[in-house]
Amino acid sequence: MKSKFVQSLALATSALLIGGSAFAQVKIAYIDPLSGPFANVGDAGLKGFKEAAEILVNQKGGIMGQKLEFVGFDNKGSPQETQLQLKAAIDQGFRFVTLGNGSGAAHSLIDAVNKWNARNPDKTVLFFNYAAVDPTLTGEKCSFWHFRFDANTEMKMEAISNFMEKDKNIKKVFIIGQDYAHGHQVAKYTKEMLTKKRPDIKIVGEDLHPIGRVKDFAPYIAKIKASGADTVMTGNWGNDLSLLIKAAKDAGLKARFFTYYAGGLGTPQAMGAAGENMVLQLTEWHMNVPTKSTEQFALDFNKKYPGIWFYYLRVNNMVQMVAKAMNTAKSTDPKAVALALEDLRFPVDTGEVWMRKSDHQAMQPLYISIFSKKDGKAVKHDSEGTGYGWKTLATVSQRDSQLPTSCIMERP
Amino acid sequence: MSLLNGITYGLLLFMLSSGLTLIFSMMGILNFAHASFYMLGAYFAYQISTWVGFWPGLLVAPLIVGAVGAAVERYGLRRAHRFGHVAELLFTFGLAFVVEEVVQLIWGKVAVDYRIPAELDGTLFTLFSTDFPIYKGFMMLISVGMLVALYALLTRTRIGLIIQAALTKPDMVEALGHNVPRIFMLVFGGGTALAGLAGVIGGNAFITEPGMAAAVGSIVFVVVVVGGLGSLGGAFVASLLIGCIQTFSVALSISVTDVFALIGVSLPQGSQVARLTITQLAPVLPYLLMVGILIFRPRGLMGARES
Amino acid sequence: MNSAIFPRGRLLLWGGCLAAAIALPLLFKSGFVVSLLCQMGIMVVFALSYNMLLGQTGLLSFGHAVYYGLGAFVTMHALNIVGKDGGPLTTALLPLVGGLAGMLAGVLLGYVTTKKAGTTFAMISLGIGELVAASALMFPGFFGGEGGVSGNRVVGKENLLGLTWGPQVEMYGLIVAWAFLATVAMFALTQTPLGRMANAVRDNPERAEFVGYDTQRVRFLMVILSGLFAGIAGGLSALNYEIITAETLNAHTSGVVLLMTFVGGIGFFYGPIIGAILITVMQIVIGGLTHAWLLYFGLFFLFMVLMAPGGIASVIAVQRNLWLAGLLGRMLPHYLAVALPVLVLLAGLVGLVELSYALLAGEGVGAGDTATRVMTMEFHLNTPGPWLAALGTTALGLLLTRWIGSRAGVAWNAALATLHGDKA
Repeated sequence: MKSKFVQSLALATSALLIGGSAFAQVKIAYIDPLSGPFANVGDAGLKGFKEAAEILVNQKGGIMGQKLEFVGFDNKGSPQETQLQLKAAIDQGFRFVTLGNGSGAAHSLIDAVNKWNARNPDKTVLFFNYAAVDPTLTGEKCSFWHFRFDANTEMKMEAISNFMEKDKNIKKVFIIGQDYAHGHQVAKYTKEMLTKKRPDIKIVGEDLHPIGRVKDFAPYIAKIKASGADTVMTGNWGNDLSLLIKAAKDAGLKARFFTYYAGGLGTPQAMGAAGENMVLQLTEWHMNVPTKSTEQFALDFNKKYPGIWFYYLRVNNMVQMVAKAMNTAKSTDPKAVALALEDLRFPVDTGEVWMRKSDHQAMQPLYISIFSKKDGKAVKHDSEGTGYGWKTLATVSQRDSQLPTSCIMERP
Repeated sequence: MSLLNGITYGLLLFMLSSGLTLIFSMMGILNFAHASFYMLGAYFAYQISTWVGFWPGLLVAPLIVGAVGAAVERYGLRRAHRFGHVAELLFTFGLAFVVEEVVQLIWGKVAVDYRIPAELDGTLFTLFSTDFPIYKGFMMLISVGMLVALYALLTRTRIGLIIQAALTKPDMVEALGHNVPRIFMLVFGGGTALAGLAGVIGGNAFITEPGMAAAVGSIVFVVVVVGGLGSLGGAFVASLLIGCIQTFSVALSISVTDVFALIGVSLPQGSQVARLTITQLAPVLPYLLMVGILIFRPRGLMGARES
Repeated sequence: MNSAIFPRGRLLLWGGCLAAAIALPLLFKSGFVVSLLCQMGIMVVFALSYNMLLGQTGLLSFGHAVYYGLGAFVTMHALNIVGKDGGPLTTALLPLVGGLAGMLAGVLLGYVTTKKAGTTFAMISLGIGELVAASALMFPGFFGGEGGVSGNRVVGKENLLGLTWGPQVEMYGLIVAWAFLATVAMFALTQTPLGRMANAVRDNPERAEFVGYDTQRVRFLMVILSGLFAGIAGGLSALNYEIITAETLNAHTSGVVLLMTFVGGIGFFYGPIIGAILITVMQIVIGGLTHAWLLYFGLFFLFMVLMAPGGIASVIAVQRNLWLAGLLGRMLPHYLAVALPVLVLLAGLVGLVELSYALLAGEGVGAGDTATRVMTMEFHLNTPGPWLAALGTTALGLLLTRWIGSRAGVAWNAALATLHGDKA
């Protein structure tokens, strides 16, 4: 018992000592859940970053001759722990951090980075956000020290509602979501944008349920069915999405589900056949988007890491853009890198990503796709070995999801 | 329709909580790891189904879970029992942690592809244009079967009578030549096997993933407490009650304001409470019910004793 | 302060602890260590407040996070209201606001929960914990939704004796001050008639009723006071992290404080302090070293429940008794002898767990990777070498532990027998 305590103390001190050495690379701290319920998502993200850094940067000359490296820090999904891990990373000499899972953790990190930079102007830190989509992060709470490489909830809704505008078959929409910020935002933007673009569409119902607490969605589906909705809009992710789709299939509900996260790790597998021709998603990429090199990259990735499926094109985009900015600025000073990233227009496999200067929000092409049976043509690759994959229904150009920003940025 | 959905959900809850009630009524242990055994059942069944199919798994998986449960009782709980109820309870608390990690270690963190067998995949009947899947009917059947079998076992067989006697007068039963610790081991194994059976059936109806234990962990306690600690019939009634409450509250589209208006209280417009709908509250209603029951009728609906 | 409560030995011990707490950040210059110490300080207060219920009054609660979380949220709102008009002094006093909020929550909730003790209390606290946690996401106005509520602890322009609470070290000082005050207050409480009555209510409620005490009232008062200190801990965490999210209120937080208190030892006043420090270190330091930490954590906890249900404090207490009886010297060689095989066993087990994690759960270097690094050494998973080595080490450790352990066990029983013989 005692020996274990001593042992852990010894390990702790040695870890702190080791942390200080090795400065030959440009290191980015990856602060995301690596244990606990969301560990699979965090783990997949870290592997994506490592792979992207190796193949897209290091094998192409690196950053001013140095290698780019990602190191994982486990925040266990908690906002408090995120701050502790930020401190740990700063102690070990990290000046760049990235995080994607959970708006709570992202808010915590943006706050902590802002405060740290204000209190330690000689040791500033830069935050690259690859997946936290709360619009306020580039809106009221926008920061010079934060860059987002994913489209935010509002932009995604803009893209989806533009698509719905053209589809005259849509007459009645039902909104269902998890009862927290993201679910509320999806509901709010759906109502605002649809009433503006298609006043003839009726919102026939709106339900919120607590996250991860609903086991049986049958009553919700019964309600959707009773409302006569032909389209369901949901921001649900993970099990709340898979269970919703399964219950809809069980009850024979004939409606299309517009989702944000149906392609997320594990969801296609959990939905399985239930999602066929019923589930739509909006992403910056999927396996069946014809691209020059990403398709091969994804195939190699899936082969190298069985059980994980390449999903985040934006991780690749982010890694290359950060490397580009560092090479352009000829510096790895966070402020210089931030200035070089601003207004950067970077050609990627799907078109161009533009980092808007006014709010540090990336603008990029997006795709709306539907879960369909693999046919070797439009659906060349299936998703997560289910026999079903994503078929592109519409391409959203970079300009089509752009929205004005409310950001008033304080610049150093 | 709502009633049907409610009953289905209620029967599922009963399946989950019957084992817990059994263990509690027999041994006085609140088993926090109960949902972990449910998860183990689902994973074992998945593993077996990939080898030999669903039907053998339906039989074998609960037995394995029961064996694991009995081993836990024999080598862990029995020792913890000597240090009192809190130690026992905390032991199961820690066990839940370890089971979840081990499951992740063996089967990974992502959901596994545990499917409903082809024979049970389909529509049983269609009511008001909504399909009712065969599998749900199967679930209901098993659940009711469990209630009948348990009831018969406990009141109509010799072993059931010995178990009941061992509860109240362990010394006397021991003196009559029965091995009381072994009876307790059997009861715990039996209770966990029931959880395992629920897992076999619930695992493919819903999703088999490492978080599934945590997702149902506390709701089964609500069922057992509301029904009355240790009362099998109470747990059955409470399961149906909670299932229906939850389903009906989802179906109703009224807000909290409307509810208060019914009793003549008008809430200030635009306040956060007034904006809540009953649907939003649905999943927390069981907890509200539990707290209410504990305050006004600590014995639960049909419980014989308080604690 | 009355000298019977604080005799010289105790004053020395307490002063020593305080001095050590102040000296620690001077030894470790790293910001991470200071952050870790801050977390420990907060958890110490939280765990002690929990033990007022579990250890002193015998109330097992599954919803203690409610008081902690509400204290934190109220403090955060108070901080934001104070805003630019306040100064460092107001900030320093804010945890008291959190404490009052926790106390108020104790008054409201305690009234319903304390009608019954035992399982009923445990279950009501579980239900209320779930209710409050769920409603936190339904009322984003107060709880800030998913993003939580954030604030800035540096308020106003002036400073207090050069302190603004901005740097983490200054915050640490504030936490130590509050933690020390709270600890002294909670200890003093154990010596008051109320504290003694709580023990009586725990041990024998019927008898306590008989001698004329209202057990429900005693429990109620203890819940209120425990809420006060939990609220102070919450207030400190609000100032420390400058962000509070709804997760603070959920069952996980309640579970962690229960673990800390139990591992430390519920039968001793200082038990929860040890537990809070140890578990915080385990969570953060071991969590940073290996992804298998939850498994280690669970196994460690099971081990504690089965082998040392009195917690670490009880182990220490037994050693102290041995020492006082002059028997510790006799046991020391045995301890050392046992330590070696146990270390071998642990090394083997850790090796096995880490290898399995790297191979199966895709931790370490990567899923499906054929190599993993453990403490800078690289192992190839697809060769039997490392597996055999780990298995061999485990087996060797197991054998040695059994062999040496049984001899130590004999000595241990003899020593205990002498000890109890002396007493009797």
